[in-house]
Parts: sequence; structure tokens; C-alpha cells
Amino acid sequence: MTKKYDKLVTNAAGRLVPTVINGQGAIPFMGVGQFKPIGHRYGPAISSCADYPDDGNKLVPTLRDALEMCGLKDGMTISTHHHFRDGDLIANQIFDIAHDLGVKNLVWAPSASFPCHEYLIKYLEDGTINRIEGSMNGPLGKFTSFGKMSGLAVLRSHGGRYQAIQDGELKIDITVIGATCCDPFGNANGLNGTSASGGLGFALADSQYAGKVVVVTDNLVDFPCVPWQIQGNYVDYTVLVDKVGIPEKIVSGTTQITKSPDRLLLAEMTARFCDVAGIIKDGFSFQAGAGGTALAVGDFFYKIMKERGIKARFARGGSNLYLVKMLEEGYLDFILDGQTFDLHGVRSMAVNPNHLMTTPFTSYNYHGKGNFAGLVDVAILGATEIDLDFNGNVVTHSDGYLLHGIGGWQNCLFSKTVIIPIPLFRDRIPVIVDKVTTLCGPGELIDVIVTERGICINPLRTDLIEKVQGSDLPLVSIKELKEEAEKICGIPQKPEFLNEVVAAIKWVDGTVIDAVWKLSE
Amino acid sequence: MNNQIKSKVNFKKSIGTAGNSGGKIRSDCQVTIEPSDSGGIVIDLKSKVKELFGIDIHSQINEILGFYAIPNARITINDSGALPWVIAARMEAAVHEVIETEKTWLLPAHNNKTQQTAFDRRRFSRLYLPGNSPSLMINAFLHKPDGLILDLEDSVAPEKKMEARILVRNALRALDFGRTERMVRINQLPAGLDDLSWLIPHGVNLILLPKCETASQVLEVKERIDKIQNQYPDKCEVWIMPIIESAKGVVNVNSIASTSPSVVALAIGLEDFTADLGVRRTAEGAESLYARSALVIAARAAGIQAIDSVFSDVDDMDGLRTNVLRSRSMGFDGMGCIHPRQISVINENFAPDTEEIEKAKKIVIAFKEAQAKGLGVVALGSKMIDPPVVKRAQKTIDLAIELSIIDNNWYENISL
Repeated sequence: MTKKYDKLVTNAAGRLVPTVINGQGAIPFMGVGQFKPIGHRYGPAISSCADYPDDGNKLVPTLRDALEMCGLKDGMTISTHHHFRDGDLIANQIFDIAHDLGVKNLVWAPSASFPCHEYLIKYLEDGTINRIEGSMNGPLGKFTSFGKMSGLAVLRSHGGRYQAIQDGELKIDITVIGATCCDPFGNANGLNGTSASGGLGFALADSQYAGKVVVVTDNLVDFPCVPWQIQGNYVDYTVLVDKVGIPEKIVSGTTQITKSPDRLLLAEMTARFCDVAGIIKDGFSFQAGAGGTALAVGDFFYKIMKERGIKARFARGGSNLYLVKMLEEGYLDFILDGQTFDLHGVRSMAVNPNHLMTTPFTSYNYHGKGNFAGLVDVAILGATEIDLDFNGNVVTHSDGYLLHGIGGWQNCLFSKTVIIPIPLFRDRIPVIVDKVTTLCGPGELIDVIVTERGICINPLRTDLIEKVQGSDLPLVSIKELKEEAEKICGIPQKPEFLNEVVAAIKWVDGTVIDAVWKLSE
Repeated sequence: MNNQIKSKVNFKKSIGTAGNSGGKIRSDCQVTIEPSDSGGIVIDLKSKVKELFGIDIHSQINEILGFYAIPNARITINDSGALPWVIAARMEAAVHEVIETEKTWLLPAHNNKTQQTAFDRRRFSRLYLPGNSPSLMINAFLHKPDGLILDLEDSVAPEKKMEARILVRNALRALDFGRTERMVRINQLPAGLDDLSWLIPHGVNLILLPKCETASQVLEVKERIDKIQNQYPDKCEVWIMPIIESAKGVVNVNSIASTSPSVVALAIGLEDFTADLGVRRTAEGAESLYARSALVIAARAAGIQAIDSVFSDVDDMDGLRTNVLRSRSMGFDGMGCIHPRQISVINENFAPDTEEIEKAKKIVIAFKEAQAKGLGVVALGSKMIDPPVVKRAQKTIDLAIELSIIDNNWYENISL
């Protein structure tokens, strides 16, 4: 059996990481922008249209038929996507089928996992699934932390997933794309139908690079299904099911504006900082990512723009009621939408030509000839921990448990200004620490930390410091913030890790930036 | 090897419990203590921060039990991330359930003991905080109310009164209040008198006296405060704000207002007042018009502030704004609030508006010019201005400066 990992070395960030992961070579993190691989992109086998039905009808009766016709067998990598977030109905079915067929040692490569996927723990335990490469949330994360996964878990950002598919590090054998509208040929989108979930951007790479492509829908229309977010020319089989996903479950705490007065205060302080720093000006751009506080910042931007009579050129990120309102009232020229966060976003994308679907290729991909992330003036992001060197952690908590995926977080760090609004402490847990438990983003890319008890600017950003000097913003140093948190909470103990790696954290370029270590149950 | 100590303490109960846990409770803990005759201290800790603060919590519990000389007990603690001052309060309250003791376990007082109080300080907004819910207290000052009210009365269930006293005392000592005035609403008399010994030596600035109906009730509170303060060397001023919540209170409002120089304001509580009258509370407030007017006039006559009742629909910001403007036009100086989101609406609308400030500026300028010319009479256009009008204009200007609406040097900066 393949060793989970081998040959630990210390990388450029001073973290101990494996250089062999699941039997495959891995490159340790070398520094931001240092790793530039040579060679050619990975390509799937050449297909011939002579092998496909002349009438374009690729329908097969069931998902099981489709998977069997794709040649599902031991050791394959199967991918799914999170356009329905916690309302996904496809991934669990795939592994039920694999289990029935007695297939073992599969790799699941989701674009993100959610609490609904706790169901898959039984298949991780019985050997149907060897490991997850993508993200591990909540119960799956805890399972991973205890070292119970057979293979080594790999966590990638949205951009890193595209990079890994393009350079062949992640070879997907079969991808199953859930679409709310599809024709028999396989042209598909997420905009039409009773289950409409928005854009299908996360499935683009899989449709182009996977060995076999299956589209599952509950809304089969006659050719042509437009817009074809997924092109049928990449698709092997189409399947009609009763229900493809639950769009109401897209909406959750991380996709809605917070109602907590403390978080609204953080959002207001962040918007004020941007205003004082001169970031909010006519034609600016911003990213409002997942997380109630980040989304609320967008709403405060809107209020400032309205007062001033200015507008933003574009906003990136998950679209929701508030971004749509800005677009429709003329305070925003374009929404470049990575993911749709509520049904207002779905409706807007379907009818408004200035509300565009983007993909990890356009927004985040390391192997592209540039990407959109760097064009954004300000990105508002979250974190579980920030350390004295401004390094950020988004995957583990201070107690060591792996609980979240990376999402687009690493990729957004390339925006012109990165601001992290976070409470100084959560219950009794300080958020500003000596050293992050897991390194996900290097401090040189993180510019401003906004807490309810003070704002601190990365000393590297002398330009920002100059701009806000003399203002009434509560500016403090990161050390002062850490001391304040410890004065209130006490100084926490360090978690006791066992000497075993359970997951690898990839940087946007595919190198290994850190490892997650095992906890005892 | 058996070094167990036989306990000699007499227990009034076999089990004591304090605090909250479960459901959506955060930053709190529930402590249960079961003293015994032998077996030492056994701690069963369930905590979401066990990996980070387990050792800390154990040593804190042991220290407190040592202080109360309880050598043998089983402690069960269910913790949702309580801060040390909360754990201490819950432990102490649980101990008080099982033993009779005069001893109190005090954490060091917060070093930021600056006084944010004065007889006539601004009191536009005062945020009510339930006295037994620590999670709401921790960040409350960040929302910049003029005062924070830790409430021991209506928001605390009768069986939780003792633990709330201890929690509020610890909050007064441990919490950062920023620039807000520290207020506590005590229970209705006579129980409220016993609340005072838990509050007075610990940095409270103002006591709200609920359901106040007579001047003698105010005097009782004042006497008890003086008595407690006499035992402590570095006493600080403690003000009293009676809340009028009944017809009888309204009838006696003039004498209540002028009972003692410690009374800095009168507040009105309309939920109880309308219940006492047997009428429904309406948005227009015709049913309480007389009471509110009587209170404002009594306050003015006594030279103190008048504070209006809370607005209870926390989602209706427009309704709140209308309510604040109406209050202000009646002569009220401030209003209570029950949600942090209400604070800025109240502060902004009690603050002088642009029109008022401009008018006040003109009056002050005319006054200064008249003074410079040695004129005894101040005139603005064809209108003569009386000294009280000048005084009020100066007050408006001072307030606008304090609230950073206008610059401190506004007069000097006028280009002449």
C-alpha cells in the first residue's frame, strides 16, 4: 500500500512539509511567485465524435449506468462541485453506487465539501474512498484531524484546483456535474429550472480535463440549452433525475449579511478604513467573499457610494441581494460572479448581461496568462487566526482541528489591498496569535487587520500607513492587539499534536505551504 | 499516602448550581458544586476551549475552592468559552448556594478606572443589558452608548437574582467600559437595597431605581449607598436615576426630582406605566402625554435630566427616529435602548442639527460682537436677544464641539 506521505523537509516559510504525497512527488513552498514549472499542460485522451451518437442524444437511464459506462473502477478520481453548497444531492449518490458496485480506493475531488457530506464518512471508513482532495469541512475535517483517512488529505484553493488539473497534478477520471438545465447533448447551465443555482464556473476545468464527463439534471430541455456554461462537446453522458440539488440550502450563515451588532461594527470600521485610505473612489473594484462580515462591508460600501454619488466598476465574489441591488441601482457596472449566494443572484445572472459568470480560470488560475484577482482594488476576507507576522490561517482552529476549506481565500490575497475584519477573540479564543497553527497565506500578502478593538496595518504597507495617518481611526500595532486579546482571555495552551501528518495545504502554485498534524481522539 | 482532608464545613444544601449552558448560550458556563466529606476536589470539565484553557480553568476552580476552604467537592462545569471573570462569578455563586459565607472572591479591578461620570454629563443613550448574560456585556461599550445599564431587575429570573448580582459585580470590575457611564438597575425596593452592597464599592457610577413612587424610596437608597461608602476609603460619586413607572410616581414626581443632590435624572418606564393605567401603549403616546410632560417639567424645575422610555421594535429604525425627535421636542435629554443598533439613531437625533447649530452660531457671534463693542444689549437683525437665549446657544455650540460636529476653533476660523 502507498505510504500516505514521505520525506519531510522545511519549506521557505519554515514549515515542515512532505515532499511525497500519496506516492506522488510534491514541491515545498518556495516563496510567493517563485515556483514556475516548465513543460506542457496535461491533456485528457483524444476523443472522436464518431464514437458519439449522431443525433447528439447522450442520455442514459441512470447515474449508475453513466458511471458504469465511464468505466468506474478501483483507484479512480471522481470530482463533484459545490454550486448547491449544503444542498448538494449528487456526491453522496455517486459513492452509494460505487459502494454497491464494490469499487474501492476512490479519490473524491470536490470543489468544496459541506456538512451534508458527513454521510461519506462511512465510505472513508470502509475503503470505498481513499481520500479527499479539495476541502474538508466540519465532521469531515475532524475525521481527517484524527488521522482516520486512508490516504493523505490535500487541500487546495479554488485557483489551486484549476492549476492542479491543468498541470496534471490532479487527474480526474470521472466528473459528475449537477446542472439545473441541460439538453441531451450535454450543453448545461445552472440558471434555468426550478432548482436554479447560478453559475457552473467551478465545473469548467473538470469538463475540459476529466477523462469522462457526466451531466446530471432535473430539467432536460430540447437542444440547444443556452447559455451553455458547460459545453456539450466535452460531455460523454447526460442523466435525468428527479432532483439535482436543493437551492434553498445555498443560503447559510456564510452567504448572508450578518445581523450581529458586533460584526456589523467590524464591517462599518472596515468600510470607514477604506474610505479614509482613499480606496473608495469612482471606478474602484472590490471583492465581497463568503462570510457574513465581508458581505456586510459591501453594503457599507454601497451606503458610502450613494452618499458620494460615485460608483464601482466591478465587484467580484459571491452575488447576493446586496450586490444585485447595487448593480440594478447603477452603483456598480459589473458583477463578476464566482458563485451565486442567493436566489436574487441567480435571477440577476439569468437576466442581466452585466452580471457575468466567472470561473477559477479567469479569476484565480496560476497557469493563466494573468488572472483577475490582482485587478481588484480591495478584497475583504476572513481568517481563523492571524499571527504577529500577518500570516493567516483559514483551515484549522487554534485547538488544531481541521474544520474549513481554503475556498478562494489564497487567490484573493493577490488583490491590491487585502483587509481581514475579525473579532479580536471568539468566546475565549484569541484570534491574533504568536504563530498561526496552519499557514495558509503568507503575511506579506495581508495588509490590514480590522478588529473591534483596533485596526493594524502591515508595516510593509507604508503607503497605507501614510494615507490614514492623522485620522481618527483606532490604529494599533499587531503586538498590541495580541496583548489586548491575552489580557482579556488569558494565554492559551498549545494543542498537543501527534507526530503524523494528516493533510497537506497547497499554495496557489501547487507547492506545499504547510501540513496539518494529527490530534488524538 | 492518603492525604485527604476531612471536611468540617456545614453545608446548607447538598448541591449548588449557577450560570447558563446549552443551546445558543455563548461565553458563559454552568457550574455545579456537590460538596462532600472526603475525596478531594474532582473536576468534570466540558468546555469548547478545553484544549486551550483546560489547565487554566482547573487552577482557577481550585484557587476559588481553596479560598472558601472547601477541600472536598465534585465540580461539574459546562463551558461555552466563558472569560475568567465569568467563571469566577459562576463558581462563587455556586459556592454561595451550598455554604453560608460573608467572603467574596474578587478579581483585580480593571486598571482603566477613569471616571466617565459627572452630574450633568451627556446621557442621550443608555443600553440595557440583561444582568445574567455575559456574552452581551463583553463588547457592549464598543457601540458607544453614553451609558451601559447592567440590569438586575426585569431581565433576571427570580431564582437567578443572586448569581446575577455576582456576575454584575465582576463585570463592573473586569470589563472595559470605554467612555460609557456604568449604570446598574437594581431590583424594586426593598430587595434592591440588598443589591447595593454588591455594586457600590466596585465602580458603579449610577443606580437606576425602578418603580419609584415616593421621595422616601430615593432617600432609602441614598442612605444605604452612604452607609456602604463609609466603609471604603476611595469612594467615588454614585448618582441615582429614579424610574417613574406608575400613576403614583407621576403624582409624586416633583418631590422625587428634588429629593437629593445625588439624583441626576428622572426616567420614565412606559410599559409599566400604561399597564398601571390599564391602557394600551400606542405609537402616538397620547395616553402618556401628561406623565411625560410632568416628568420633563419636574426634571427641569429640579435642574436635572429627563430620560424617555425605550422604543421596543428593534427592527424599525424609522419609527425609532420619529420617536426620538418627538421626545426631544418635548424636552427629554435622552432615551433608553435595548439593542446596540438603536444607539447611533438615538445619539444622532438627540444631537443638535445643522439648522440649530447655525442659529446658535449667529447668536453667539452677535453676543461676542456686542461684547467687543461694549454694548449691553445683544441684537440679531431687528430682534433683541435675551441672556438665557445666548446661554442656550452656547450650550448647543459646546455640545456640537463635544460631538465633533463642529470644530473647537469654529469662531476663530470664521474669515472676517
